[in-house]
Amino acid sequence: MLEIRNLHAGIDGKQILKGVTLTINPGEVHAIMGPNGSGKSTLSAVLAGRDGYEVTAGEVIYQGKSLLEMAPEERAREGVFLAFQYPVEIPGVNSTYFLKAALNEVRKHHGLVELDAIEFLALVKDKMKALELREDFLKRPVNEGFSGGEKKKNEIFQMAVLEPKLAILDETDSGLDIDALKVVSAGVNRLRRADNAQLVITHYQRLLAYVIPDFVHVLCDGRIVRSGGKELALELEQRGYDWILSERNHTA
Amino acid sequence: MSTATETIEGLVKQDYKYGFVTDIENESAPPGLSEDIVRLISSKKGEPEFLLEWRLRAYRYWLTMTPPDWPQVHYPPIDFQDIIYYSAPKRRGDAPKSLDEVDPKLLEMYAKLGIPLRERERLAGVAVDAVLDSVSVGTTFKEKLAEKGVIFCSFSEAVREHPDLVKKHLGSVVPYTDNYYAALNSAVFSDGSFCYIPKGVRCPMELSTYFRINAAKSGQFERTLIVAEEGSHVSYLEGCTAPMRDENQLHAAVVELVAMDGAEIKYSTVQNWYPGDENGRGGIFNFVTKRGLAKGRCSKISWTQVETGSAITWKYPSCILQGDNSVGEFYSVAVTNNYQQADTGTKMIHIGKNTKSTIISKGISAGRGQNSYRGLVKIMKSASHARNFSQCDSLLIGNRCGAHTFPYIEVKNTTARVEHEATTSKIGEDQIFYCNQRGLSTQDAVNMIVNGYCKEVFRQLPMEFAVEAQKLLGVSLEGSVG
Repeated sequence: MLEIRNLHAGIDGKQILKGVTLTINPGEVHAIMGPNGSGKSTLSAVLAGRDGYEVTAGEVIYQGKSLLEMAPEERAREGVFLAFQYPVEIPGVNSTYFLKAALNEVRKHHGLVELDAIEFLALVKDKMKALELREDFLKRPVNEGFSGGEKKKNEIFQMAVLEPKLAILDETDSGLDIDALKVVSAGVNRLRRADNAQLVITHYQRLLAYVIPDFVHVLCDGRIVRSGGKELALELEQRGYDWILSERNHTA
Repeated sequence: MSTATETIEGLVKQDYKYGFVTDIENESAPPGLSEDIVRLISSKKGEPEFLLEWRLRAYRYWLTMTPPDWPQVHYPPIDFQDIIYYSAPKRRGDAPKSLDEVDPKLLEMYAKLGIPLRERERLAGVAVDAVLDSVSVGTTFKEKLAEKGVIFCSFSEAVREHPDLVKKHLGSVVPYTDNYYAALNSAVFSDGSFCYIPKGVRCPMELSTYFRINAAKSGQFERTLIVAEEGSHVSYLEGCTAPMRDENQLHAAVVELVAMDGAEIKYSTVQNWYPGDENGRGGIFNFVTKRGLAKGRCSKISWTQVETGSAITWKYPSCILQGDNSVGEFYSVAVTNNYQQADTGTKMIHIGKNTKSTIISKGISAGRGQNSYRGLVKIMKSASHARNFSQCDSLLIGNRCGAHTFPYIEVKNTTARVEHEATTSKIGEDQIFYCNQRGLSTQDAVNMIVNGYCKEVFRQLPMEFAVEAQKLLGVSLEGSVG
């Protein structure tokens, strides 16, 4: 589904990713962990096509196409979804209107008929309940005045509605209390299918206790320095990142 | 500059869609202004003596005045002797008896503008008075309105048919001594709309006027007068367009509203005069005086404006809250793109007790546009327990535009409560990227963000026009924002 080959990227002339290679197959959940400043957010930004990042080498193949050549909105329509670490507020823009427009862009792209407001509301009703979002939620402007937890729930709700092929969750656990974390995790797990994949980016292990990954990768200084199964996350939690860093320096 | 900003700026560059010129034979006066021209205009229209005298007094007063230099706008001095003060579509024989006799080219032009001059058309249910250059072309739905006693006609017709009403109210809210452009308008106004709602009548439909400047070098000086008698209610909408021309054209209108006890006037404007090209050449100079007198107890005057056109806008729709418990409202969206300059806002003059006013102003600047909000809230000594709430927001798109806010607050009564809030924000690349990541194009994202920003104002517009205003904003800003 996604193949990242020797990806080098940076911002403002500063090299941040220094050769990331990673393959994700359908049905898999991958976690990327790493200390602050290791390049986790840069990776998600480059994959989503955020402006300002410069790719200096390498390539990314998504479903047989070159992802980096696609505009951000094309990537989204092709099924790449980024759950933002800091979802932005769009004052005055009704959440229903926003999400309906987004869904219809995706549907149009796939040659499906656009949904009208009634069809849309029927579609989203259950998905809202699953994330314990209140009825009035859709009437509120996008993220405006939302609590941190509500914003994160909204991201996963949007993901549930848009049904992406590849979902990138950027620090989705940050700022969530334990109850909200459980709701959000359950929401993410429910979306797990044999034909889609999830890339979970996180600093802490605690999200991975609920969203169980198939693979865990440790990103340090712009490279994946170690990959393993879900038990690697636990080991990191116990021993910290220094352990890997020192081991790596040792072998180098 | 980042690519996102460039994209936005690219979007802002869109051609003016209404810039066609219609080839209609015009009957025009020679350029220049003198007592003779004032007399000519008056006699062309067969006006009564009182009106000619009023015009001449205004003209003589105007001669003693100088143009205002305090607005935050810059333009070369206007040569008032180079402007044509009277231009009318030439008629075949006498005045048309019905729309069927109106020049088909004219009707075609209105069709191009999307104006429902014909009753069967899209906006059925809206009565339209269309003013081309200086002359009112046709008023629809007249009979239906007459059943209710509502008078809605061109100003010229009102002068002929209802001279007493005109005499009583003309200049009662905006005297010709008010300001430079009001004086000029009073001297040379050629037509406009007149509307009278009798006591207790709720006007059964939206009333609407479309203004279009067509002839080259002509100025447009229309005059609108709306009188709402006790307990009546009317909603009025005006729309404006002009063809693209290299030279600047002058538009100096006056609008007067009078609301008696318990009466309500809602006045909405969608102004889309030609803004000039992307290098700042051409465009309309829009110097307009709009004022409503909430004369009676519990009367209400509400202004809503969506200003996307004109090279220069100088306009402050105001309310004089004279009656106790009267209410004044001002909702405004003003867009400046390319080299457009706007100095606009309102004045709320509280005289009566318990008077209340609300000001919501949304300025949007893109390209090299300069947008100023200028507003006065004045609480007179007599206005016990007056209340005002003002909110002035500015939105910037790109790095070369500007937004300015000039609030003036004068309070002479200690029981008054006045609140003012102001914000300035920039369309965030974060917001656009967020929308992109959900599959929306940058243009749709900008449109959505700006419409969200303007929502409080659009909500005030009649439904059909709110849709029109949203589209217009889209065009102006695909220009840059929509």
